Amino acid sequence: MTRRENRAALLFLSPWLIGFAVFTAWPLIYSAYLSLTDYDVINDPTFVGFDNYAELFSDPKVALALSNTLFFTVVQVPLYVIVSLALALLLARAGRASGFFRTVFFLPKMTPPVAVGILFLLLFNGQNGLFNTALGTVGIDGPSWTTDPAWVKPGLVIMSLWTVGASVLILLAALRGVPDELYESARIDGAGWWRQFLSVTLPMISPAVFFIVVVNTIAGLQTFDEAYTAFFGAGNTTYGNDAALFYVIYLFQQAFQFLNMGYAAAMAWLLFLVIMVVTAIQAVVSRRLVHYEGGTAR
Amino acid sequence: MRSNRMAASALMAGGILVLTTACAVGTGGADDSGAEYDAEAELTGELSVMGFGGVDEVATTRMDLAKEALGEVEVSVAEGELDLQQFLSAAATGDPPDLIYANRDQIGSLAARGAIVPLERCIEGEGIDTGMFVESAIEQVTLDGQVYGIPEFNVVQVTMANADLLEQAGLELSDVDGSDWEAVTAANEALTKSDGGKLSVIGYDSKLPEFFPLWAKANGVDLISEDGREAKLDDPGAVEALEWAVGIYDAQGGFGDVKAYRDSADFFGEGNQFATDVLGAMPMEQWYINVLGDVSPDAPMAFTTVKDRQGEPIAFSSGSAWAIPAGAANPEAACRWARVMTAVDSWEAAAQARVDLREEEGKPFTGLLTGNAEADELIRGMVTSGGEPWDTAVASTYEANEHTFALPASPADAEFESAMQDAVNSVLSGEAEPADALAEAQQTAQKALDDAWAEMEQSQEEG
Repeated sequence: MTRRENRAALLFLSPWLIGFAVFTAWPLIYSAYLSLTDYDVINDPTFVGFDNYAELFSDPKVALALSNTLFFTVVQVPLYVIVSLALALLLARAGRASGFFRTVFFLPKMTPPVAVGILFLLLFNGQNGLFNTALGTVGIDGPSWTTDPAWVKPGLVIMSLWTVGASVLILLAALRGVPDELYESARIDGAGWWRQFLSVTLPMISPAVFFIVVVNTIAGLQTFDEAYTAFFGAGNTTYGNDAALFYVIYLFQQAFQFLNMGYAAAMAWLLFLVIMVVTAIQAVVSRRLVHYEGGTAR
Repeated sequence: MRSNRMAASALMAGGILVLTTACAVGTGGADDSGAEYDAEAELTGELSVMGFGGVDEVATTRMDLAKEALGEVEVSVAEGELDLQQFLSAAATGDPPDLIYANRDQIGSLAARGAIVPLERCIEGEGIDTGMFVESAIEQVTLDGQVYGIPEFNVVQVTMANADLLEQAGLELSDVDGSDWEAVTAANEALTKSDGGKLSVIGYDSKLPEFFPLWAKANGVDLISEDGREAKLDDPGAVEALEWAVGIYDAQGGFGDVKAYRDSADFFGEGNQFATDVLGAMPMEQWYINVLGDVSPDAPMAFTTVKDRQGEPIAFSSGSAWAIPAGAANPEAACRWARVMTAVDSWEAAAQARVDLREEEGKPFTGLLTGNAEADELIRGMVTSGGEPWDTAVASTYEANEHTFALPASPADAEFESAMQDAVNSVLSGEAEPADALAEAQQTAQKALDDAWAEMEQSQEEG
């Protein structure tokens, strides 16, 4: 490559490079710096070394928020994948109506998370909510989803299924990419629907499933909007339920309610670390479980 | 080559360090010593106001008067409640608004961090008589002996009850006004009804967690010392108050059931809990009287003040305040605005505008609680009758306004409130006993107060 070509390449790359430097790299570096300071936005930061990180380990609310978040993620992600996959499998057989149902499943994804949070309170109201009314028709006395600490997180998990639309579409596309010959071969070998699903469908769509697992795990660990609106936002500021205190909500409170920006920055870096570790574990496990046509992913 | 790379790395690291430390500008510690406050001075320039929401005839009338008093000053008002993030971002870049309109319980934290300036010079220069403000309101904006906000509006509670339900249960209004906790507990049990195992009538709603300070004070306990330095959340009286108020919910199947039922109600509509006979009584802020009067004028209501255990009226007050941010470009105009907006004449004009509007609508004028005691007295004389029980409601409101208390300002307002509410919530959700929850909250709150006061005093020493 000539020097002139190099310059041209840099010129074309520069918008992205500048954007990356200003909007990603710089905030990253700056937040790392802030995490080592005592900073309330109004006054200049004071360097405190690793005090904020040390405090993370003695703050019981950090432990509570982390455990809430991990519980939510561990329950939500598998359920999300199962429901998405079930709907995608149904859609794959829907024939002409497939287009209509694709749109129907995707529409809730367009609902703002704040509205979903308010919907949660209405649908899951323990006394008169639609969800408990529906359970009542089959003789089940539903719990107090919005006020009983034991049921708040399960309720939020169920509510999060409201937005499976995007994952359904990704899995549907993956299902449509599975060659028919594989099913034909399996059928010739005497495989039934379940065996075909386990031995053909799942391995062939495993990269898409892996993608959804990774993306949703990260989203789960960063969950904020719906729970904040339902339990901590305007109109509900008088009843913040500890069961719904997710990590990013506590981070937000530290930053913008208590003005502990340095501590909040340290919390953000701890979350970054947790996400990195979890994602790395998922990547390692995926080597055994994810099948890439043409070899392993690089 | 290697040394070149090391030099480049060192240069880059040095550059990043310089940039990061130079990045935060902040306005903390900036004062208004350059400002010359004078009620007679002709003012110029611009005035940017942040956080002034709910603009109605009471606001616009006073805004017109304030603009008139500012003469040439160009006023821009960013409507909507104060967005702390927006304000802090502006302050962090060294370009704060000239004036903010904040909740009074935010003033202590903002003052301690140097985000707003003390108003002694402003008050003196513009001739603002702080003696005319409601005492609890001015206390709430006073930190370490200095006034940081000009109070505006006062919110108080009165006891609201469904007279029909009381009569059916053979109860009197005095049974639910809070003066006798045993009587309230008994009334709650008499009024509560269930249908098929589900709550169908809430007997009494003690309005936790928000009114916990009210019940503590009714039991003779201040949850924080007058100087804002000492938390008293674990006081035996506070524990007793929480046990009693939570017991009200427990007798109805638990807070979860009551809250779920309360949340399903059409709170602001004609199907509200009182109009549909599904709530016996509760303490509630005075603005709800107007809601009830407008949407369900025929609801069988009865009103009285909330009483402490000695039978004296009591109300936990809150409200707003005008404050001047550190580094404001036009503090003189900000001070003038705050003075005019809260002046007796301005309130009188605003009340008249409200009277006219209500007359047009064929509705009574139920008064205004301005945070200014003189204005309140004047406006009380302008109230128009709406008949009973609404006239009693208004009288109760004004009586409550004369018996208010507030949590004093502290540099850890938000942390204190959070610790207190977390404790109450953990009891409400059955995760902790009142004494344990409040003991833990006491530690958290006291640590936050100690840290915040120490930090504030250190920054005062430094600069």
